Formats: sequence, structure tokens, C-alpha cells
Amino acid sequence: MMKSLAYGTALGALIAGSAMAQDIEVKLGVLNDRSGVYADLSGEGSVVAARMAVEDFKASDKGLKVEIISADHQNKPDIGSNIARQWYDEEGVNAILDVPTSSVALAVADITAEKNGVLINSGAGSTALTREQCRATTIHWTYDTAALANGTGGAMTNSGGKKWFFLTADYAFGHSLEENTAKVVEENGGEVVGTVNVPFPAQDFSSFLLQAQGSGADVIGLANAGGDTVNAIKQASEFGITQAGQKLAALLFFVTDVHALGAQTAQGLSLTEAFYWDQNDATRAWSKRFFDTHGSQPTMVQAGVYSGTLAYLAAVEALGSADDGKALVAKIKEMEIEDPLFGTVKVRGDGRAVHDMYLFQVKSPDESTGEWDLYNQISSINGDDAFLPMLDECDFTKM
Amino acid sequence: MQQTDTVTPPVETIASATGMPMLHKIIFLGLLAFLMVLPFMVYPIFAMKVMCFALFAAAFNLLLGFGGLLSFGHAAYFGSASYVAAHAAKVWGLTPELAVLSGTAAAAFLGLVIGSLSIRRQGIYFAMVTLAFAQMIYFLSLQLPFTGGEDGIQSVPRGELFGIFSLENNIPLYFFVLTVTFGGILMLYRIVNSPFGQVLKAIRENEPRAISLGYNVNRYKLMVFVLSATFAGLAGATKSQVFQLASLTDVHWSMSGEVVLMTLLGGMGTIFGPLAGAAMIVTMQNYLATFGAWVTVIQGVIFVIGVLLFREGVIGVLARWFKRPL
Amino acid sequence: MKRRRGTFRMFELLGIPPQVLLGQLLLGLINGSFYAVLSLGLAVIFGLLNIINFAHGALYMMGAFVAWMLLHYLGIGYWPALILAPLITGAFGILLERTMLSRLYHLDHLYGLLLTFGLALIIQGLFRNYYGISGLPYQIPDLLSGGNNLGFMFLPNYRAWVVVASAIVCLATWFIIEKTRLGAYLRAATENPVLVGAFGINVPLLIMLTYGFGVALAGFAGVLAAPIYSVNPNMGADMIIVVFAVVVIGGMGSIMGAILTGYVLGLVEGLTRVFYPEGSAVVIFVIMAIVLLIKPEGLFGKAA
Repeated sequence: MMKSLAYGTALGALIAGSAMAQDIEVKLGVLNDRSGVYADLSGEGSVVAARMAVEDFKASDKGLKVEIISADHQNKPDIGSNIARQWYDEEGVNAILDVPTSSVALAVADITAEKNGVLINSGAGSTALTREQCRATTIHWTYDTAALANGTGGAMTNSGGKKWFFLTADYAFGHSLEENTAKVVEENGGEVVGTVNVPFPAQDFSSFLLQAQGSGADVIGLANAGGDTVNAIKQASEFGITQAGQKLAALLFFVTDVHALGAQTAQGLSLTEAFYWDQNDATRAWSKRFFDTHGSQPTMVQAGVYSGTLAYLAAVEALGSADDGKALVAKIKEMEIEDPLFGTVKVRGDGRAVHDMYLFQVKSPDESTGEWDLYNQISSINGDDAFLPMLDECDFTKM
Repeated sequence: MQQTDTVTPPVETIASATGMPMLHKIIFLGLLAFLMVLPFMVYPIFAMKVMCFALFAAAFNLLLGFGGLLSFGHAAYFGSASYVAAHAAKVWGLTPELAVLSGTAAAAFLGLVIGSLSIRRQGIYFAMVTLAFAQMIYFLSLQLPFTGGEDGIQSVPRGELFGIFSLENNIPLYFFVLTVTFGGILMLYRIVNSPFGQVLKAIRENEPRAISLGYNVNRYKLMVFVLSATFAGLAGATKSQVFQLASLTDVHWSMSGEVVLMTLLGGMGTIFGPLAGAAMIVTMQNYLATFGAWVTVIQGVIFVIGVLLFREGVIGVLARWFKRPL
Repeated sequence: MKRRRGTFRMFELLGIPPQVLLGQLLLGLINGSFYAVLSLGLAVIFGLLNIINFAHGALYMMGAFVAWMLLHYLGIGYWPALILAPLITGAFGILLERTMLSRLYHLDHLYGLLLTFGLALIIQGLFRNYYGISGLPYQIPDLLSGGNNLGFMFLPNYRAWVVVASAIVCLATWFIIEKTRLGAYLRAATENPVLVGAFGINVPLLIMLTYGFGVALAGFAGVLAAPIYSVNPNMGADMIIVVFAVVVIGGMGSIMGAILTGYVLGLVEGLTRVFYPEGSAVVIFVIMAIVLLIKPEGLFGKAA
């Protein structure tokens, strides 16, 4: 059905001659968490961002007829893969965007490769997307855990936080986050004085925080995510740990989380992000528009959905069709991207979008001039240093 | 006190001593015919999901509806079987039928261990104990290295049945799943209507009396518990082959709640109730998926309505109308 | 590699100085305080209604949310909320009892469990829809902010307050039930509702108030928890299962049993967090399995 439709349009385009670019149909699916822990940092905001990209790309002037649909994967790989399959099989979706939660993202990446669609991932952090499970149809746009570990681990060790103690969520994700960061810390001349594996999910971190405090570490690395990190930070402040001079490093944390905690509790926390709304005129202008529709400032994940969509639409325009996912991704990998939000972006052969990352520190309530005035930028990390080097077997441009 | 510890289903299923009653035969055959053409009408994966849950609910119903024991931790067997089957297919490279069997065996073993501890308590305590054990299994699934934590076990190969027939396509896979689940359901039917099933019903109705008649009640309870866990495992193992994935969803306590809901909605203690209940709940989840968390609320509402007004379940009501056990 | 580091740390901690151990025990006691109040609420409800209140965790969460709402919408602070939020959740509980639970008393008690399970799904789902899942901030009241250095640890004042408040509530409940006339009626109604009714005591009213009181205890625990854990729709979901295990271990035989088991298991869990942190989430379930093997009716339970 879809095929014959596309065929019909192609025929129509031929007949129309010079109006070639008429009606290339593109269907984008924003698949993310709309009700769970990641709903604030992705959710409807990512759909808003995708729509803004279609608008800014002036898609209809260029003859692209773009439709955006969305669904909630509830952070469950089984639900996510089900939706992705149905989208490709029955809805004629050309590309899936966002997909936070690594477990779901990995499942969707496989299905996308099988169906020759495109996955432009912004929300998930797993490095496996461009390594162990790299696919020719995957682009990983915004960040990954290695980049966060590099940013936070490297910068904090260099600025004097030599001794680290990790609170690690006791499952695969937490361990890999810890391992990545520990490596960076050690490479930069720091040492890991201890780790404690915290059952996941946990509400009460006091016991573990006390162990961290007793270790005499300079930095307490929080190798966990979401509600666990929030609870750990809250309780660290309650037990006077940050006040006593130990620093907290959140290894996976977003501006919306900081906003929810408030500057009072989160102050002094260090974290790495790829984007912050108040970085320059371009980000401020875009974020203002976003804020006006969505009612909160954009996260790096939402910004990544915007930029990834722009790049994707440019590739569709260049190829004149949205049917061949592999070709589209290959096209994006050729492009020189000057992005309004991420600056210079280069998508590598393995699908990793390389751009600068930034280390931020949360402002104290005195410094903060508004509800969303939360970060001081400490340093910027060159993209090539931030992300892991490409694996040869994942370089799809050479195949 | 005169309190009973068991749930008595409102409708009694009477099995004729001479095999399957005609009505049941007709229904089973009709169902089979319907399932033969179903994959050509709806999305096959959706149909397979329904069948797996139907078997799961039927296995659960064996324990609740016929054994009178409310387990609130059946996700443990469903989920661990799905993990073991996925691991067997992916890492050990077993063929689908062997992978499913090894998952089922794991669930049976788990059922034996947990069952022998849990049947030491009755009624509400039994429910809580099974729940707590299931929670323990959940934590293990999260932490054990082979389960992949939050990612679960992904990209499980569909493989080749008996090493010969490829199940890569949905349709052959569908008929494999149909055979397994339908076979499982028929076996459950057999168990219910066997002498063993009759003793179970006697225990459910009046435990002290069964004891005084000389039955070793605890052994019967344990047996039905293990059987139920085994078939729940069969369902879970099959599901992992369909979705090529084993994940925490399958072991979470909300899954235990879901299977109770399916059985309650369809009619506990009926033959076809759990199947209908599973079909209704899975369909609802499928079509309401876009509403996200509302699904939980709606399930809760169905639960409350079911308990307050509709304890017989859909099939139970039908059975009362037709005055026939269904 | 990782394992080795873990074991290494374990041995290091085995030789921990007693002061540090004392600190961890104190933290265990704080968690035990929550378990005690919650399992007490379950025990009180179970005692009279013979219903395991699956919605207890959801109502605990609701207590925390009511405190947050009082502050957020009405500007009512922590101290009034400590009284008001339990009252409001308790009233909500009474509503549930009157409209739904009361219809099930003539049936098997398992239906009560199923009904409250459904209610828990509804309550949690609704809060999740309206308030998301990231959690809402609730500040520690000024009076209790800060803390004291006890030498072996820094004890936040608020945590100290949690222990005191829970102990007061638990003891008061125990006193009312075991030592007052009202409690005597209650215990009598548990034993033989028909007979007590014949003495002219309004048993349905007694049941209603008991359920309300048990729910209010859950709400109270919720308010206590609000400033230290984030106020989150899921905060009760995992808690309730642990508390179930606590209840199975203690047995529902006595009010004091429920309270003591709560505190003791908090301590045991606290110790596990030091010696084998990976196991701290399952230790209570392991204990439950052992108790079931040795004394199936629970530590304080009467033989069934």
C-alpha cells in the first residue's frame, strides 16, 4: 500500500517536471517516555522540538510533506520494540526519533536496521548504539555515557578531585557508567578509593553516603540515574556532605532534574551536557520559542531531536526520497553540519554525532537569577576528546 | 473461626467422567479454526502475544480457580522462564523448542522451591509470601549478570525448529506458538478434569474434610503449585521467543497483578475465562498504549469493578446464562 | 575485577570501628521507624477487618502528596500537615471502606486484597498522570534543619525527629489498643464481632474508624517521609512489598510484634548495607524464607 503510494507520487513528480520536489512524503515517529522518569527531559517536548525543526527547515516550501506521530514506550523494551515494529510495518514511518532509555533504544536500533528505517537517537546514553550494536541505520546524536564520564570525570579530576568514591546502581547500566568514569579518573591521575553497589531502585542512600563520607574521597560519583540520583543528592545535602567539602558528580543528569531539585539542594553539583539553553544568542532565541510553546526550557535531548530532525530532512531533500534508510544515514555522514544549537557537528561512520560537550556546575541560589538560571559553564570539551574513538568494524562508510 | 482460606469460584465446572463434553469440544475446535486464520487477519505478533498470555492466565487459573490458592507472584515463573529461554537460545545456541523447554524446566524448579515454602501459609499470608518471593526473583533478575539488568536479553535469535524449520518469518513462528500454547491449554484442561483435579476441587471446597478423608493436602497443593508454575513458565519462555526479548517487565509484580486481573475478568475457575480475559486485557493494552499511564488506572478500575460487581467474570456470567460450565 | 574490589571493601569494613557501626545502626533504626509505622497500620487493619490492605503503600504515598499539596496550594507548612495529612488520608480511607470494602466482608478475605490492589493501581496511576514521576521537592521544616555531630556521625535533626515521632505514634497506638476501653472493644470485636454487636457496640462504626486509623498511620508515615525522600507517585509501590515481608516475619499476632519487627528489620537491613550492600534489597525476603521454614506462623504470630 505504502509502496504503491510512493510510486504514485514519484510518477506524479515526473509528470510535474520542474515541480520535481513536490510531495515527498516523510513520516517521523517520536518514540519516547511520555509518562515515566524521562518524560520531562524527552516526552512531549521532543515532539515540540521535532515540529520546530520541520517548521524551520521550511519543509513544505521544499516539497516535503512531513507528518509527525508519537508514542509512549514506557521505558520498557518490549513495548518499545512492539511500537517500532508496528510503525514500520503498518504505519509507514520512515524514521524514529529520540528513544531515551538504552534498553529500548537498542531494541529499536535492531528493528530499524531490519526494516531499513532510520533511528536518530537523542535520548539514550548507551555507547553500545555505536559500538557493540552499531547499525548502518543508527545515528546517535546528543550524548553517550562515555562522553559524560569523560566530561565529568576528566574535568573534575584535573581540577583537584583526585580521590573518587562511587555509589553505583547495582545493574548493568550503573556498572558501565562507573567503569567508564573510573577509567577516565585513573587516566587523569586520580584514584578510586571505593565503590558501593547500591540496590536499584533505592530510596534511602544515607547509609551509602555515610560510607562515602568515611572514605575521605574528594568526589562522590553517582553512577545512577533518575529518581535514584535525585534522592542521593537530596540526602547528601541533608547529611551535610556537600557542605563539608566533598563534591558530588552526577554522571547522568539533566537540566530538568536540576530544576526539579532546585538550586538550593543541587548547588555545587557538577555535570556534563551537550547543550544548555543559556549558552549563546542562538540557543537563547531557539529556547525562548521552545519555552513559549512548551512551558519549560529545553533539555539537551530535546535540542538533539531538533537538530537531528534538521539533518535528516536535509538528507531527504538531497536524495529526494525517504525510503532508503541506509542511504539517508550515509548521506548525513557526508554532510558538513553547522547546527544552530550544537555548532559544528560531524556524524562519523559509526553513526556517532561528534560535537563539543560542556562541563557545568549548578549555581548557588544567590547566583541564580531565575527559576531556570541554573548552570555556570566550567569548561568545554572538544568533541573528539569527549567521545570514544570509532571502532573500525563499525565504520559503515568503509563498507 | 469459620473463615475459609480459599477463593470459591461462583461457577462450578463439572467435568464429565468420560472425557471432554461435546460443548467444550466444539468450542476448542472453533477456537482452533479461528486461530488458524487469525494471523492472516491481524498483526501476527499481536496474536502470538494474546496466545502466550492466554496460556499464562490458564496456568494461573489452575492454581487459583481450581486449587483455590491466590499467588501474587506468578510473574516470577513467567519471567524467569523467559530469561532462561532467551539465554538458552542466544548464548547456548539451542533450537527454539529446546530453549522453551529449558525455560519451562527452570520455572518448574523455581515453583518447587518457592511452592514448598509458600504452602506453609494459607490464604492472605500465602498471597503475600508468594509476592515477596517474586520480588526476590525480581531483584535477582536485575542483578544477575546473565539477565542484562535493565536492558534485558535482547536480539534473541528465532532460530530453526528442530534445527530444520526456520522461524524467521512471522507465520511459521505463529504456528509454532499456536501449537505450544494450544497444546499447553489442552493439557491444563486434562489436568483439571483428571482425578487429581477432582481432589484439588475437594480440597478447595473443604480442606479439613479432604484431610480427614486421608488426602495429603500439602502434597496436592505443592503439585498444583508446581504445575501452575511450569505452565506459566512455558508461556513466558514462548513469549521470549516471539518478542526476541526477555525483560524486567516479565518479572515485575505488576505482571503478577495483570495475570490475576485477566483471570478475574474472564472468570476464575472456568475453562475459557482466562483465555477471554487475556485476550481482552492484551487488546486493551494494545489500543490504549498511547495513553501511557492511564492504562494502569483503567486496569485498576476494571479490578475494582470486577471485585465489587462482577466476581464471576465474563465467561462465568455466560456460563450462568447458558447453565453450562464453560 | 569489580567483584574483587567489592570483596576487598567488604573486608575493610568488617574491621570498621564501632563508632561507624553505631552510625549505621542508627540509620537502620530510622528506616525501621518507617517499617514499624507502616506494618503497625497493616496489623491494625488486619486485626479487625482481616484484610491485607494492598493500598497501604499508595496511601503512604498519598500522605506525602497531601502534605505537598497543602504546602503548595494552601501554604500550609509541615507541622500542621503532620496532623492534617493523616486526617485527610484517613478520611479518604473511610470513604473507601464505606463505599467499597464494606461490601466485601461477607466474602472471602482474598477479595479484599484484590480490591485494594486495584485501588492501589488507580491511586498511583492518577498521581503519576498529574504529577509525573520525577518527584516533587519538599523542604525539611526550619525547626529541624541542620543537625548534630554525634562524634561518630552527623545526625540530621530531621532524622532524629523521625525516630522520636514514630516511636511516640507506635507506643500511643499500642497503649490505646492494649490498655484502654476502646481498645478492649476493638480486640473483642476482632475475636467475635457478633457477640460484641449484641452488647450494643456499633461494630460497623468500629470497623470504619479502625480502617481510617490504619490508613491515617500510612498517611503519617508519608508525611514523615516527604522531606527526606522525593515525593513521588512510586514511593509506596516498592515499600509495600517490603512491609508485607515484615508482616509475614512478625506475624500479625500482636500490635507490639508488628512494631518490634519493623524496627528490628530496619536494623538488620542497615547492617547489611555495610557488610554486603548488594544484598540489602533482598535480606528481608531471605529472612522471611527462613522464618517460614522454622516458624511458619511468624515470630509473634499465633499458630494458624
